[in-house]
Amino acid sequence: MRTIAIKMLFGDTAKFYGILLGLSFATLLIAQQASIFVGLMSRTYALIEETPQADLWVTDPTMQFVDDTKPMQVTALQRVRSVDGVGWAVPLFKGLLVAKLPSGTRQICDVVGVDDASLIGVPARMVKGDVSVLRKPDTIIIETRGARSRLAQPINPADPSGPKRPIEIGEELELNERRAVIGGIAETKPTFQNVPTIYTTYSRAIGFAPANRRTLSMILVKAVDGASITELRDRIARETGLAVYTPHDFAWTTITYWMTQTGIPINFGIAIVLGFLVGVAIAGQMFYNFTLDNLKYFGAMKAMGATTPRLLELVALQGAVAGVLGLGIGLGVTSIVGLAIPGDKLAFKMTWHIPVIAAAAVIFIVVASSLLSMRRVVKLDPSEVFQG
Amino acid sequence: MSEPTNSIVCSEVFKTFGVGDSMVRALRGVNLEVRFGEMMALVGPSGCGKTTLISILAGLLQRDEGALSVLGTDPSALSNHERTIWRGENVGFIFQQFNLIPQVSILENVAVPLLLRRHPKRDALDRAAKLLEEVGLKGRESTRPTKLSGGQQQRVAIARALVTGPRLLVCDEPTSALDGATGQKVMALIRELTAAAERVVIVVTHDERIYHFADRIAHLDDGRVTHVSTPAEALAESAARMSDAAQRH
Repeated sequence: MRTIAIKMLFGDTAKFYGILLGLSFATLLIAQQASIFVGLMSRTYALIEETPQADLWVTDPTMQFVDDTKPMQVTALQRVRSVDGVGWAVPLFKGLLVAKLPSGTRQICDVVGVDDASLIGVPARMVKGDVSVLRKPDTIIIETRGARSRLAQPINPADPSGPKRPIEIGEELELNERRAVIGGIAETKPTFQNVPTIYTTYSRAIGFAPANRRTLSMILVKAVDGASITELRDRIARETGLAVYTPHDFAWTTITYWMTQTGIPINFGIAIVLGFLVGVAIAGQMFYNFTLDNLKYFGAMKAMGATTPRLLELVALQGAVAGVLGLGIGLGVTSIVGLAIPGDKLAFKMTWHIPVIAAAAVIFIVVASSLLSMRRVVKLDPSEVFQG
Repeated sequence: MSEPTNSIVCSEVFKTFGVGDSMVRALRGVNLEVRFGEMMALVGPSGCGKTTLISILAGLLQRDEGALSVLGTDPSALSNHERTIWRGENVGFIFQQFNLIPQVSILENVAVPLLLRRHPKRDALDRAAKLLEEVGLKGRESTRPTKLSGGQQQRVAIARALVTGPRLLVCDEPTSALDGATGQKVMALIRELTAAAERVVIVVTHDERIYHFADRIAHLDDGRVTHVSTPAEALAESAARMSDAAQRH
């Protein structure tokens, strides 16, 4: 009988495709918007993920998120190093600087200055060149997306707006009137600001930056072996008065800032809610109408000895089949869109939570419309089959 | 103990719908007896209570008052669930509009009553195929109902009604959606398929052309069975009424 119930669903082509379209579209909107939201949020703490060596991040107490650099006095580094339990502590510079490109155009870049000695903070995945190039004078490392897009150079220098090629190793930029030579190209995670990131040494970075008494953006800390990270975090904060975060906490602090201080969650939330409402409006209504259309057959079945639970089982099966197919198609299309569009164009990250949330929404839509449909089936008077 | 002679016994059966000003007395003391192996036609003007009466006999509605025995059971005394099970085991239905599921084959349509009762699928389909052969639709098993003529669809409906082997067959205007010749064939088929088994067939009809298939005709008017006649008597009464009407004009 289950086969017949499924054939009834598939056989009403117009309504079946309507239900499928509604559920797929709702899933697509919910999953895609949620994935882009998660993708955007994960980009806000890309720097933290690119620096896995640090157990703790030390910042100015007023700093609200990773990109909100509030420079500290350089003496802060010594104060942190003096705290018991600190294995090593290295400086990190981070700031937006204007780069003059070989073509003469200017581009804002995110400059990250890493510890001169250890080079901790340089991305691990080098595509061209080697991390050690930073030991050469005036050298910088850029990342692949920036090299291909914002830092790309015109193939014909006489036609700056013409076709472009990726900027290459050996080419020179100017940062604050100072020469910077590209010595390597690294693969990094996309950042929220979506400007090219330039890696260089800390001392070179503060040379690129405008003169400032305070140049220390952050301090990366590694605990001695066996030390409790949380205890060390509390100790550094207590003894220095600075803000200290574990990488996880720093990432969440950053996400929380974007969630609470911007309209991003509301905008994405509205899109997700609209997706849900589209599902309810189209798929729910279609499924309900489908049941209404089949009510005379359910009535005949009831007359022929089908118990109400048996009929409800068939309605539930039809709802479940439509739900699974709609969810599958929606998630499939979402994944294809996410995979097809390059990461620098679309912030897309589908964590396991998103299909679960989409599934919950689809289940709600299907269950709600099935319950409405079931109500009609339960109330169905089998004697109505004799009324023409 | 011997098998009772009558399969259906109605004694002073009443049925009312609604309350207050909207109250309708559909049945006002129906008395009727139908014997095993008999085909009884219920005839009468629209609104006389035919549909209400077969609904009560088939266990779709409950009587308000009176005594009722259908195949030795009073279906009105059963709970809703028990009545549903009782219907599935004892009653076959042939509807005016066939009520065949258009999205599935006629073989599956015929098997529906068995499958609803969780009968093994293979066996249900085998029995359905056998019934389709009996109603002359062998070789058309995979056809959708919408591809068949009205007469053929009603044949499928007959097969579906008989697939569970019911002892009571209830037919609601089985020929009203068919042309005269097809209606005759359909009734002949019902008669043929039900004659051998000791089935009881109740046919609600307005179609005088099929009276002769019935063993007896129960005439209803205003919620009561006014009298029971033979088909010949019923046709003669009808002819006399027509003649009176013509003379009055």
